[in-house]
Amino acid sequence: MQAKQSINDFVIKFANVNGTGSASANGMFAKAIFRMGIPVSPRNIFPSNIQGMPTWYEVRVSQDGYLGRRGGTDIMVCVNPQSMKRDVAEVDPGGYFIYDSTKPLDLRLVRQDIHYIGIPLTEICLREYTDARQRLLFKNVIYVGALSALLNIDFGVLKDLVADQFKGKEKLITPNIYALELGHQYASKHFDCPIGIRLERGHKVAKHIEDFDNILMDGNTAAALGAVYAGATVAAWYPITPSTSVVDAFDKYCRRLRIDPGTGKKNYAIIQAEDELSALGMVIGANWNGARAFTATSGPGMSLMSEFLGLAYFAEIPTVLIDVQRAGPSTGMPTRTQQSDVLMAAYASHGDTKHVLLFPATPAECFSMTVEAFDLAERLQTPIIIMSDLDLGMNEWMSPPLEFDDDYRYDRGKVLSASDLDAMEERFGRYKDVDGDGIPYRTYPGVHPDKGAYFTRGSSRDEYAAYTEDGSEYVRNMDRLLQKFESAKEIVPEPKIKQSELETRYGAVFFGTTASPAYEAIEILEKEGIELDTMRVRAFPFNADVEQFLREHDRIFVVEQNRDGQMRRLLLNETSVPANEKLIPILEYDGLPVTARKIAGMIRNYITHGNVTPLVRRILKEEATA
Amino acid sequence: MTYVKPAFRHPDAPVNELGRTRAEYEGGLSTLCAGCGHDSISAAIIDACFELNIEPHKVAKLSGIGCSSKTPAYFLSGSHSFNSVHGRMPSVATGANLANRELTYIGISGDGDTASIGLGQFAHVVRRNLNMTYIVENNGCYGLTKGQDSATMDTGAKNKKGDINLYSPIDLARLAIEIGATFVGRSFSGDKQQLVPLIKAAISHRGFALLDVISPCVTFNNHGESTKSYEHVRKVNDAMPVDFVPMKEEITATYDSGTTFEVCMHDGSVVRLYKQDNDYDIEDRHAALEATSHYTQEGKILTGLLYIQRDSEELHDQLGTTRRALNSMDENELCPGSRFLDSINAGLR
Repeated sequence: MQAKQSINDFVIKFANVNGTGSASANGMFAKAIFRMGIPVSPRNIFPSNIQGMPTWYEVRVSQDGYLGRRGGTDIMVCVNPQSMKRDVAEVDPGGYFIYDSTKPLDLRLVRQDIHYIGIPLTEICLREYTDARQRLLFKNVIYVGALSALLNIDFGVLKDLVADQFKGKEKLITPNIYALELGHQYASKHFDCPIGIRLERGHKVAKHIEDFDNILMDGNTAAALGAVYAGATVAAWYPITPSTSVVDAFDKYCRRLRIDPGTGKKNYAIIQAEDELSALGMVIGANWNGARAFTATSGPGMSLMSEFLGLAYFAEIPTVLIDVQRAGPSTGMPTRTQQSDVLMAAYASHGDTKHVLLFPATPAECFSMTVEAFDLAERLQTPIIIMSDLDLGMNEWMSPPLEFDDDYRYDRGKVLSASDLDAMEERFGRYKDVDGDGIPYRTYPGVHPDKGAYFTRGSSRDEYAAYTEDGSEYVRNMDRLLQKFESAKEIVPEPKIKQSELETRYGAVFFGTTASPAYEAIEILEKEGIELDTMRVRAFPFNADVEQFLREHDRIFVVEQNRDGQMRRLLLNETSVPANEKLIPILEYDGLPVTARKIAGMIRNYITHGNVTPLVRRILKEEATA
Repeated sequence: MTYVKPAFRHPDAPVNELGRTRAEYEGGLSTLCAGCGHDSISAAIIDACFELNIEPHKVAKLSGIGCSSKTPAYFLSGSHSFNSVHGRMPSVATGANLANRELTYIGISGDGDTASIGLGQFAHVVRRNLNMTYIVENNGCYGLTKGQDSATMDTGAKNKKGDINLYSPIDLARLAIEIGATFVGRSFSGDKQQLVPLIKAAISHRGFALLDVISPCVTFNNHGESTKSYEHVRKVNDAMPVDFVPMKEEITATYDSGTTFEVCMHDGSVVRLYKQDNDYDIEDRHAALEATSHYTQEGKILTGLLYIQRDSEELHDQLGTTRRALNSMDENELCPGSRFLDSINAGLR
């Protein structure tokens, strides 16, 4: 059997039991490759459970800098007997299966077309450690040590990482390095190291990475930093996977950056609310009162927040909401990713409502778009929903470094100060369209002893905020809100459009985390002679560039991670282009991040086998479609 | 009811220490039914704010949905107001208060808004001891949807259609005491003598102050077999008289020793209570629960200041937030700048 050979280009998967400390060892493995200057994208595929269930960690190494999932598994590191049967089946022919050989392998699990590498992890731990907890934890470090020999990871880099990880707990450094060495020695002694699939430093800079100044971070932390930089002072939230780490990170940075040096008091407030309704209510109350406030949630929380989103839309209160999407409907798959809140977010709440959505695709964008969201919310006096997802929010991504311009000043929108009110000759009308852009002026409570007070309500009102059931007043107000939505098109992030080398009438549209594998899929297809222009949508409402892209292409593949083609429907609904026939849904919604191979396969199928999008087959081995 | 509010103001109308007349604390014309208890409560709020010399623009009025929640339009027109969604006023008030702790927050709600759809948010705003006055205008029914039973309707009471309520009522005052409220009063919209000082004391209280004010619904729940009618409440109300003496006023009135006792508030103002046969220590939570329970069993309603915890930590104290209003800070104070970001980036390599 021919063993797989590849340098800096493979997919390795770790099969662990959750709650056994594998996450930090696996993270160290990925970070070591990153520090060797080789593009890497790790992903946690974890259960909705605290301890004892199967969990996987998939690391893609890509010399070319592809950060989306590729599909397929070249190396499986199996540390979990529970999932061994399916883990063996998942390895690509020619690949490697690394397992704990303390007990002999079940013969039924032996395949002839893959390589087996047995390391007696349990036996080594039993020999070396007496404490049960140590035996559990160091098992993970030992297999990382073994991999360093098998895959040619720079051992010095690993040692540095251990030192970084245990800064402040120095006495843990030596035992961890010792455990790495145990694994390294065992592998070196028993196998021909490195194996055919391996790492090498100093290759050319990957073509998709501008330079190797990249950082490795998760989108939720980046979004939280965005909120810090945007000057958010109030956060209210309710715990829900996969958004919880947004507020955790906000809390962490605020403790560091927002303590008043004189008094030791906090220049921020975080409330864990009783539910998502309350969380968004608090955010709306704080924004109404002139503070920048935000919440983070996921699909089920979004459902609950719909009521308040309608209020914020209609009463015109700035609101920033980060939706880290997961697989729905209902509780769905809480720890799996999807892009299935698009339509709900766009139209959340009863009556005629529309909300501004932003679609970040990288941690750097999670940061910059969150900063931007606070300006947009205040300029437009409406909710801004940042549509992240579990894959982006909770996994570490290689990303350009975060950037911030120190000359940038917050745009607080149209707010009248006491002196503005004094200088006004006409009567203040909270809902009056003075500038013709649909955006009225507001005042903060307490601003002036005699002027500027108004009545905020979710019921119909006239331009001076007085209750009205006059149909023409109501219509005027609703039309102004529509005008405001038009104004939003001018200031939301524009789409990123890439032309293919050869002129083509085919295009592909995608957004968020679908972008990385989609760009890769487009390159796969390009090599086969299928040329596609691409458009990465970054905001709703759609601006003129989006309409033009739809108009200029005959067939457009809309790639997204949901069942119903929600972005496709939104494009049909909210652009003037009659595109029903030409927008082809390319959908993946099994809860795992979509792979480049799968996207390429589905588009190829459509193009080469007529206009039929194949049903997505639920099979373990994704290559079957590739 | 009148449909035009007279613009005429007597030139000699008394002014308060801010030089403002009582009229400057009024609001728009009420659209509630003539005789609605809620209008009396609005009038009592106007009196209280006028007499407390509060600047109207330093008050934020918040409400949910229902007849009661419409009333912020009928008092303090110089204040910003937020008529939010049904049962959710507590969260909006919480956020508003976090943003600017320097304003006075008055929340108006009803028994449907608080005891049914909003019971969750109510319970949690009590727990957090948010610094606000929360007035429940409690009429035992849903007025704006035409008289359905509410969760505060007494067991065995009849609604206007003649149906008997079989469910157990929620006593909001008792619930609030139970879950940690630091100021709980009960009153009757028809008892201005008691209500105005109670509102003043509630506004002066630092922390969450609940006033459960029985406020008869003249249209749907004021009939003979209602336990929230004017007639019934007048009959069973056992009122503990209350007086409120603001901080700066010298206490001059003399009473026979043993007939009054005084509770000094955190800001130096004083709530004076007149001794009654029903005396108990209003700073004793268990005694307050016992007393209210006893009266309920007797078919009576105990009104007055039921419970107070004078020195409590309001939400900002618990969170350790700065004394200044969070909404007053700009990027110079809030934004860490690019240099810190460089160090973040360095840590992620």
